[in-house]
Amino acid sequence: MSARGKTLYVEHLTVSFDGFKALNELTLQIEPGELRCVIGPNGAGKTTMMDVITGKTRPDSGTVRFGPDLNLLSLSEPEIAQAGIGRKFQKPTVFEQLTVFENLELALAGDKSFLKTLLARRTGAQQKKIDEVLEIIDLTAQQRMPSRILSHGQKQWLEIGMLLMQDPALLLVDEPVAGMTPQEIERTAALLQSLEGEHSVVVVEHDMDFVRSIAKRVTVLHEGHVIAEGDMNQVQSDPRVIEVYLGG
Amino acid sequence: MPPRQYTLWISARKDTGSAWFLGALAVVAIVMPILNLAVPASSALHVSTYGLTLVGKYLCYAVLALAVDLIWGYCGILSLGHAAFFSLGAYAMGMYLMRQIGPRGVYGDPILPDFMVFLNWKSLPWFWYGFNHFWFALFMIVLVPGSLALAFGWFAFRSRVTGVYFSIITQALTYALMLAFFRNDMGFGGNNGFTDFKDILGFDLHSDRVHLVLLVITAGVLAASYLVCRMIVSSRAGRVIRAIRDAESRTRFLGYRVESYKLWVFVFSAVLAGIAGALYVPQIGIINPSEFAPINSIETVIWVAVGGRGTLYGAAAGALLVNYAKTYFTSAFPEIWNYALGALFVLVTLFLPRGIIGLVSGRVKKQTKTERLRIPAESPEPSEE
Repeated sequence: MSARGKTLYVEHLTVSFDGFKALNELTLQIEPGELRCVIGPNGAGKTTMMDVITGKTRPDSGTVRFGPDLNLLSLSEPEIAQAGIGRKFQKPTVFEQLTVFENLELALAGDKSFLKTLLARRTGAQQKKIDEVLEIIDLTAQQRMPSRILSHGQKQWLEIGMLLMQDPALLLVDEPVAGMTPQEIERTAALLQSLEGEHSVVVVEHDMDFVRSIAKRVTVLHEGHVIAEGDMNQVQSDPRVIEVYLGG
Repeated sequence: MPPRQYTLWISARKDTGSAWFLGALAVVAIVMPILNLAVPASSALHVSTYGLTLVGKYLCYAVLALAVDLIWGYCGILSLGHAAFFSLGAYAMGMYLMRQIGPRGVYGDPILPDFMVFLNWKSLPWFWYGFNHFWFALFMIVLVPGSLALAFGWFAFRSRVTGVYFSIITQALTYALMLAFFRNDMGFGGNNGFTDFKDILGFDLHSDRVHLVLLVITAGVLAASYLVCRMIVSSRAGRVIRAIRDAESRTRFLGYRVESYKLWVFVFSAVLAGIAGALYVPQIGIINPSEFAPINSIETVIWVAVGGRGTLYGAAAGALLVNYAKTYFTSAFPEIWNYALGALFVLVTLFLPRGIIGLVSGRVKKQTKTERLRIPAESPEPSEE
């Protein structure tokens, strides 16, 4: 499962829905271990980009490769997940009827065929991994609770924890701080920053303060393609960005 | 503290529902024969052969309810076609029983069943070969419903047919099979189906003792089915299945092949339904195409909803309870049964989403829930503020 050190190449990606181009010749490259923020106004194509990378949406043209030779467009969603790409949804999506512990257990990396999981018994190493992640997302005390009773912020962390269980090379995180309190935002920022280096992380976010607090490199999308890329200061002073987004 | 792991053994302390259910089943399997054999027919406690057959039928329905609960209650797929799998299993057993009649039929043909002689058929159709062997019939009881479910499910799940669309096409499936089996030239006795069975494995099907043994076997099969279903739902695969029910695309993005999980559960569930049908036929003594009727599948879903979907013993208890009520009402007030059943379904859906089991275990559950919630409060929680 060592997918580490792979670069994500998104090249000339175009997706249209009924004539509307959600993505228009989008080209993007995420280096191994990089923490990248992707911003842009509503409808800029941020979520569509994630949908294409994770196999949910098929593009009209363009390529998505993970590492030099893995073509993601030929894989199904579970295959892409197994290849080391994890995704957090915009709306926190956890298994509400299962406990926090069970949620993390299901996210464990490994063989996920029916017969294997039917006979699966938890190993010591797996238990340790779950304990570690519980520690990271600060839900150790809640591990036996059904996840439906967690707060909104805790659900977001649980979902990030589920991504960590998969031990992915690349995490795609869609609006992680939407609806969080300032304290929760601060802790989420610290959590995402701690992943940098070990995992590549792509964060899509609207909250500018949050982006400013975590981002080294920022990509600005507008109408389905990249209009600026660089550090926060460069991006903020780019006249096109000011026109379509920040100044608008 | 690791959460529960699956185990075949029931710990009465941890799993009271299972312990009660299996205990009650054991009591039925022991007490019914005693009441039938040892209590004189004049006594009020005597259970007639008719009574035995009735209980045997309920137990078959309980196996069917387990099958439906597994796919609907746990995996969230509302199949309205399980009567088809039940009937196919029943027909496979019926074909064996027909061949056992041999020359004792009305027309006395040593090979051909009566209906074929009546239709002027000269030889046995190829798909009847082998059904003179019991082992072959057993094999087909599993194979036929299983492979139909495999083929049907493969196409449906691969095309991501879900929700109400899936329910509708399963209704269409069972309806189409019903029409097909009604046709005389299908070779399954048409309208009349199979009946007038003589014996099974050489044992006379008209004898009380044989009915007793069939009842005990059915109770055993129900217990075994229960344990296997319980093993599945309490395994990690069982948690994946519930995860699919609650957040399908999340499960997919975690790397699970959702379609393949659905297919496994659907096929297993169909096989279980087929086994239920096969146990049903020798006890009831007849199988005809009306068993495929769409309403039968819907009734099964009602048993599960009334008992409590998502709890295996709830589904089984619902089957026993609703069918007991049906037997009573259809003889006491035959004209109102369908209304009563419909009203029951509406009331349960509106007021008892967890069924009767939810009502019974409500108080206990509430208590354990607060206990669970208390744990983190006792161990100091890292403050978020």
